[in-house]
Amino acid sequence: MRKEKGLTFFVSLVYAFLFIPLFIIVVTSFGENPTIQFPIEGFSFKWYANVFENAAFADSFLLSLKIAFFATVLALLVGIPASYALARNNFMGREWLKNFFLSPTIIPGVVVGYSLFQFIVITLQLPVFQGLLLGHFLVSLPYIIRVVGGSLEQLDFSIEEAAWTLGSTKAGAFFKVILPNITSGIFASFMLAFINSFNNIPVSQFLSGPGISTLPTALMSYVEYNYDPTVSALSVMLMLATIVLMYLIEKTLGLSSIT
Amino acid sequence: MSSKSIPYLLAAPGFILLIVFLVLPLVSIIWPTFFDGNLTFASYIAFFQDSYNVSIFMRTLRISLIVTFFCALLGVPVAYYIARADKKFRSLMMALVLFPLLTNSVVRSFAWINILGQKGVVNNLLLATGIIETPMSLLYSEFAITIGSIYLFLPLMVITLVGIIENIDTEIMEAAETLGANRLTAFLKVILPLSVPGIIVGSILVFTGTLTAYTTPQLLGGNKNMMLSTFLYQNAMTLGNWTNASVIALIMIVTTLIVMRIFNLIASVIDKRGEEQHA
Repeated sequence: MRKEKGLTFFVSLVYAFLFIPLFIIVVTSFGENPTIQFPIEGFSFKWYANVFENAAFADSFLLSLKIAFFATVLALLVGIPASYALARNNFMGREWLKNFFLSPTIIPGVVVGYSLFQFIVITLQLPVFQGLLLGHFLVSLPYIIRVVGGSLEQLDFSIEEAAWTLGSTKAGAFFKVILPNITSGIFASFMLAFINSFNNIPVSQFLSGPGISTLPTALMSYVEYNYDPTVSALSVMLMLATIVLMYLIEKTLGLSSIT
Repeated sequence: MSSKSIPYLLAAPGFILLIVFLVLPLVSIIWPTFFDGNLTFASYIAFFQDSYNVSIFMRTLRISLIVTFFCALLGVPVAYYIARADKKFRSLMMALVLFPLLTNSVVRSFAWINILGQKGVVNNLLLATGIIETPMSLLYSEFAITIGSIYLFLPLMVITLVGIIENIDTEIMEAAETLGANRLTAFLKVILPLSVPGIIVGSILVFTGTLTAYTTPQLLGGNKNMMLSTFLYQNAMTLGNWTNASVIALIMIVTTLIVMRIFNLIASVIDKRGEEQHA
């Protein structure tokens, strides 16, 4: 296929636009001076050491992992049965219900965060962990409904009917026939929901408590008050984590499963 | 248990959780903005009578519109290029677009602090070459929010568009070329009109995304260049003005819905025109 030179050039520029800013972060993370500069003077790993010595980052990283994991599991537990009901049955109000399950994506994140802050923190006075968990559950659920729903819609339900005919109970057929056929959809939705919950800022920003915050909110407040290469180092570590995660997804499901 | 009730039972846990933790909290913040004993729109009228509030509202719309325009302008050629690349190269290009999308938005905003700051890359470059003598203040401006948001949402636009452009029949493209159209004409007259549904879907995502994004205006805009999202946060958490925060919340929801409606209307108008031409 003959490629247009002009188009290739344009596309290269756009990719440069996407990657040069990230490349600059990588370079600045190795600088020796206590403020960020580019190009750097000297070469040092001390800002990486700094990230590990900062207890707040370690704590918030663990909290982010926990919240993203449990919120996504909760979203799977209620989302899979709901997706199954939506895909399998033609009942009254089905379309409406599906849109309702997807509605957290339409409500702006800061609005979800603020309304939950009023309800969970001010009215119910629940602990920070529960609040964050519920907030992130709302972030995760639409991904489960969309992706698991998508794989269920492509499933031929006659295999389930065959299982019923052969004497399987409805629950038995669901666990032995339906679930094994949608595992890749479940994993893909898990990954998507997990990543989006892990990266979420607006909801977490409202629900974090004194001394308790998720990693992105901890990083955000650090950026607002400091300008040293520790931020660059932590950013590089987050980028590496993204690369590892993308590699794992590519090897198991293929990256196309999450786009 | 009748079999008719099974789907409702399966959907019930999720339904109840959404009612309790999404609908109920939303209603309980919005309700008081309309009722102080009687039905009143006073909070909303007061909001829009204050020119400072209006300037934030207009800035939010303006930035969202510009960001959407540039994401489409940059995204369409890239998506077209990716959609037609051979399989291996295509996967690589998609992975490279996906990477920034999966990287935390704080990191992606921080990248622009490094570039636009007083001691940032741009100022250093211009100072070193002698083009300017004192650093320019590029950061904490509407410009910074705009470029940061384009950077944030361009990958989303590209990925949305690739999905749609891929499905355009390559034979149509080849036919246009065979019939004498050059590449550019074929692109403008055949591919671009067929990509409109993708551009609409992408634009809805980018526009509403920019309209509601919090991290980028917070880090790149500073206090003088608030957008609705940062203004809501300031009212709720710094000023403790919960009424105003709730008013902004509803304005954001309604604006999002109106924007989606407008884009869908544009899409249906273009669709109809296409049908008339075929008829």
